[in-house]
Amino acid sequence: MTKVLTDARSIRIKGRSFLAVVLSPDLPFDDWLARLDDLAARSAGFFLGRPVVLDVTDLPIDRAQLKELLAEFSQRNVSIMGIEGARPSILGQGMPPALKGGRPVSDEAVAKEPVIELQNNPADSKSAVVESRQPLQSIIIREPVRSGQSVIFPEGDVTVIGSVASGAEVIAGGSVHIYGTLRGRAMAGSVGNASARIFCRKMEAELLAIDGIYKMAEDMAPSLRGKPVQLWLEGDTIMAETLI
Amino acid sequence: MGKVIVVTSGKGGVGKTTSSAALGAALAHKGDRVVIVDFDVGLRNLDLVMGAERRVVYDLVNVIQGEAKLSQALIRDKRLETLFLLPASQTRDKDALTPEGVETVITELKRVFDWVICDSPAGIERGATLAMRHADIAVVVTNPEVSSVRDSDRIIGLLDAKTAKAERGERIEKHLLLTRYDSNRAERGDMLKVDDVLEILSIPLIGIIPESMDVLRASNIGAPVTLADARSAPAMAYFDAARRLAGEVLPITIPGEKRGIFGKIFGRKAA
Repeated sequence: MTKVLTDARSIRIKGRSFLAVVLSPDLPFDDWLARLDDLAARSAGFFLGRPVVLDVTDLPIDRAQLKELLAEFSQRNVSIMGIEGARPSILGQGMPPALKGGRPVSDEAVAKEPVIELQNNPADSKSAVVESRQPLQSIIIREPVRSGQSVIFPEGDVTVIGSVASGAEVIAGGSVHIYGTLRGRAMAGSVGNASARIFCRKMEAELLAIDGIYKMAEDMAPSLRGKPVQLWLEGDTIMAETLI
Repeated sequence: MGKVIVVTSGKGGVGKTTSSAALGAALAHKGDRVVIVDFDVGLRNLDLVMGAERRVVYDLVNVIQGEAKLSQALIRDKRLETLFLLPASQTRDKDALTPEGVETVITELKRVFDWVICDSPAGIERGATLAMRHADIAVVVTNPEVSSVRDSDRIIGLLDAKTAKAERGERIEKHLLLTRYDSNRAERGDMLKVDDVLEILSIPLIGIIPESMDVLRASNIGAPVTLADARSAPAMAYFDAARRLAGEVLPITIPGEKRGIFGKIFGRKAA
């Protein structure tokens, strides 16, 4: 029998880049895990369903320790999709694959073909996925971001003309500007940009983050609530002040 | 071609079925041909609220699966000639609804009726998404409390993403119907105020239905509140909402806020 080698329908293999959260633990792991638990407790479900990459560059650990660490993650329902910076000797069967070539997305070379994603939860397939033609450093959302929706734009600033509802999130590589009430989550400098800021006309946020540093609603000064506010990063601390 | 309205909310127990029945009866009252379709397969209630529970023979699922003709499943209201009900099945679940089946039924109903009102089940799953799928207009039913408002916000996001109209790049018309509003409790801060809800949801308001015993009484006797007692406060609010749905521009009054003459005198004395 001859095998037909050229089937009319070919398999389409495409390259696509995704934004993953990178966790870089440090030793001793117990302390680090305690801090992770603390963050997870205050921001329930933050890691749920998100791609997480484990960065173990320069960590003096062996295979057993890595295995243990992975077990700790799976106990916490954090699924690691890949391991970065691991010596081949410490990787074993049943571990996530090694990843190479990860770059902070603020890297100019990556921003060649930015994709604007205005996505709903994974369950909601649609919602506009707009592809831009030329390099864009900012997007403008002209309607409220509703509960359950995420705006993810690693390439630059996000401006929302309207409110961000409780249970919605805006994640920007650059700064986040909300011309309305910020009730949900805002994350600026999500891919490593400490100079990013968050601005909003009325502060009621559930969670704020700049360059990976988090602040929960209860950590915020009550005097900022309901006010026009800007937030920025000084060292490892999120600073906030009212505008005007 | 008739218009398709989905009455939806995300959260359960906020008054979707009550509002579907009341708005449907109010629209039929002025002579429009109206059908109310119960999409809550497995937990049907609309037949009870409409007082037609003993007259259900065939239902939506029978029609979708080709076991009955649409005309056999439609139940004509005993009080209003132009008001019809298409009941849900109580013995099946939402998986019995197919996208193609729903589309065929809605298309057929649109040809015959001026208004097709889809009473959505709670939640954001299959039943709810199929109920909103072919809507031209959405009535988002919300109670003045935070969980209902957030769920409504979620539903509005879905209306803009998952309806056939949205997928064609058009915008679905969305209206807010605030139900179970109690001005005293809003005043005391036990409930959200109208402005707070409007600020969060930012869609146009089509009516405010006051919290009232009349609504419960009407449900229990199996009549839409607009038919049970057309002069009651909730019925009048529903009649106004129905007129706004039909395109009339009417000022909205917040129930309880136009104080009576006693309130005014009392207010002056206190000052």
